[in-house]
Amino acid sequence: MRLWIEWSIIWTLRVVGGLVLIVAVAFPFYWMIIASLTPLARLLADPTDIGIHLGEMIFTTYPEIWNVFHFSRFFLNSTYVSIVTVALTLVFSTLGAYAVARLRFRGRTVLSRGILLVYMFPAIAVAIPIYVIFSKLGLRNNLNGLVLFYLAQTFPVALYMLHSYFKTVPPDLEEAGRIDGCSRFSVIWRITVPLSLPAMISVALYTFMIAWNEFLFAFLFLDSPSSYTLPRGIQAVANNVNVSQQLLMTGAVIATLPVVAVFFLFERYFIRGLTAGAVKG
Amino acid sequence: MRIWGERGTLQDQEQRLAYLFLLVPVTIVFLVIIFPTVWNLWLSFHKLSLRDLRTSAPLSLNFTTYSYLKVFGDLDFTSSLIATLTYSIGGTLITLLLGLGTALLLSPKFRGRGAMRGLFLIPYIAPVVAVTFTWRLLLDPRGPIMTALVNVGWLKQPLHLLGQRPLAMTTLILFQGWRYFPLAFLFIMARLQAIPRTLYEAADVDGATPFQKFFYVTLPQLKLILATLGLLRFMWTFNRFDDVYLLTSGAAGTKVLPVLVVDYLIGQFDVGAGAAAAMVLFGCLTVLLIIYFRLIMRRAEQMEV
Repeated sequence: MRLWIEWSIIWTLRVVGGLVLIVAVAFPFYWMIIASLTPLARLLADPTDIGIHLGEMIFTTYPEIWNVFHFSRFFLNSTYVSIVTVALTLVFSTLGAYAVARLRFRGRTVLSRGILLVYMFPAIAVAIPIYVIFSKLGLRNNLNGLVLFYLAQTFPVALYMLHSYFKTVPPDLEEAGRIDGCSRFSVIWRITVPLSLPAMISVALYTFMIAWNEFLFAFLFLDSPSSYTLPRGIQAVANNVNVSQQLLMTGAVIATLPVVAVFFLFERYFIRGLTAGAVKG
Repeated sequence: MRIWGERGTLQDQEQRLAYLFLLVPVTIVFLVIIFPTVWNLWLSFHKLSLRDLRTSAPLSLNFTTYSYLKVFGDLDFTSSLIATLTYSIGGTLITLLLGLGTALLLSPKFRGRGAMRGLFLIPYIAPVVAVTFTWRLLLDPRGPIMTALVNVGWLKQPLHLLGQRPLAMTTLILFQGWRYFPLAFLFIMARLQAIPRTLYEAADVDGATPFQKFFYVTLPQLKLILATLGLLRFMWTFNRFDDVYLLTSGAAGTKVLPVLVVDYLIGQFDVGAGAAAAMVLFGCLTVLLIIYFRLIMRRAEQMEV
C-alpha cells in the first residue's frame, strides 16, 4: 500500500513537473518568435492571443531592424568578436595547455592551481579598473579591446579543459613523432590536436557562447552604435521609446537563433564544454 | 631548440619552450585580470570622478578614504547587501531544487528524454539580453500573462512583478532558477548516473520504498555535488550583474552590489566609489573562495569525485 502511494506521488510529480517545466522553458521562446511576427496593433489589442495566425503574420520587422536599426552591423560585429575570440583562444590555449600537461618547468604547480583561481574571478570586480585603463588607452569602442577582455575570460577555462584532456592522451604517440624527427610544433599540430578534437570543439563552442552572449563589458565599453555587438544593440534599442515590442523581440530572435542553432548541431560537445566550464556564469 | 640560439640542457630547453607557449595567455590574464584587481584597490583609495580620468589623477599619490566613507555611509549600501544576500541565497536554493527535480525526472530512460534535455538547456544557452527582455514583456502589467490572469479572474488588478517590492526580488530569484537550473541539472544528472546500481539492488533486497531509496541512497550520494554546486552558484549569483540590471535596473529593492558598482560608475560618475564598492564585493568573494578551496576541493580530492 505504502509502495503504491509513493509510486503514484512520484508519477504525478513526474508528469505534472515535466509538463510545467516544458511549458515554462519553451513558452518564452515561442512567444519571442510569435511576437516578432504579429502586427503590433494585434499584440496590443489582445495580448493574451498567443496563437499562430498564419494569414496575419508580417515579416517586415526583420528587414526593418536589420537595415533601419543597423542590426546587420551589430550582427557583423558580434560575429567578428566571437570568431576572433574562438580562434585566438584555441591557438594559445592549445599551446599553453600542452606546456602544462607535457613539459616540465618551474612554476607548473603554481600555474595549474592559479588557473582555477583566476577562473573564479568575477568580471564585475575588474570592471572599474579596466574601464579606467581602456579609457586611457583609447580601447573603448574598439572591438579588439573587447576581444582582449574576452580572451582573459576564456583562457583559464580553455587551459583547464584542454590540459586535463591532453593528460588522458598517451604521450607515446607524440614521442614516436619526435623520434621520427617532427618538431614540437608539428607534433602538436599533427598528433595532439587531431587526437584531442572533441575537447577542442567543446572549448570552441563554450568560448563562442561566452563571446556571443556577453553583456556587461559590451555595455560598459561600447558607446558608439557602429561598434555595438548584438546584446549591446538590443539593449540600446530597448531604451528607445520609439521601438515596439515587436521589433525588440525581432532583435532577440536574431541574437538567440545562431547560438541555439550551434548548440543543437553540436549538442554532445556543447554539453561537455558546459559541464567543464560552466561552473562559472 | 634552435629558435632561441642559446643552448642548455634538455631540461632548460623544455622550460624555455613551456614559457614561450604560455606567454600569451599568462600575459593577457595578468594584464586584464590580475593587474586590474590590484589597481582597483589603488583606485578605491582615491577621490575620482569620470572627468578626472582625462587627467593624471588616477595615478596621483593623494590617498583618501573618501570613497569607502561614501559607500559605507550610503543608504543604498545596507539595503544593497541585504538584497545581494537574499538574491544569492534564494537564487541558489531554487536553482539547486529545480536542478535536482529535473535530474530525477530525466533519470529513467524514456522516449523523448534527449529532446527534453536539449530543450531544458536553452535558457542557459540563449543570450541573457534576449531572455530578459522577453520576460520583461511577458511579465509587464499590460503583457500577456497579467492580462490573462485578470481576464480569468484570478487577479483583480495586474501585478507589477518587476517594479514592486517584494515582488521584484521574488521574480528575480525565480528568473535565476529558470535560467540556471540547466547547469545544476547537468551536474546532478552526471553524478546520479554514477551511483553504483548495487546500492539500489541492496536497498531493494531490504524492501526499501522509493522514498526511502531517495533519502537513504540517492541523497547521501549527491551531498558533495549539491554542496559544491551550492557554493559555486552562491558565488556566481553574488556577482550577477546582467540579469538584475536588465530586468529591473536595480529598482524596487533589487539594487544588488554589482548593480551598485556600475551605478556609481555610470550613474554617479564616481570611479572611486565604484572601486570601493567592488572591493567590498571582492572581499566577500575571497572569503567564499577560501571556504570553497578549503572544504570542497579537499573533500572532493579525498573522495575523488
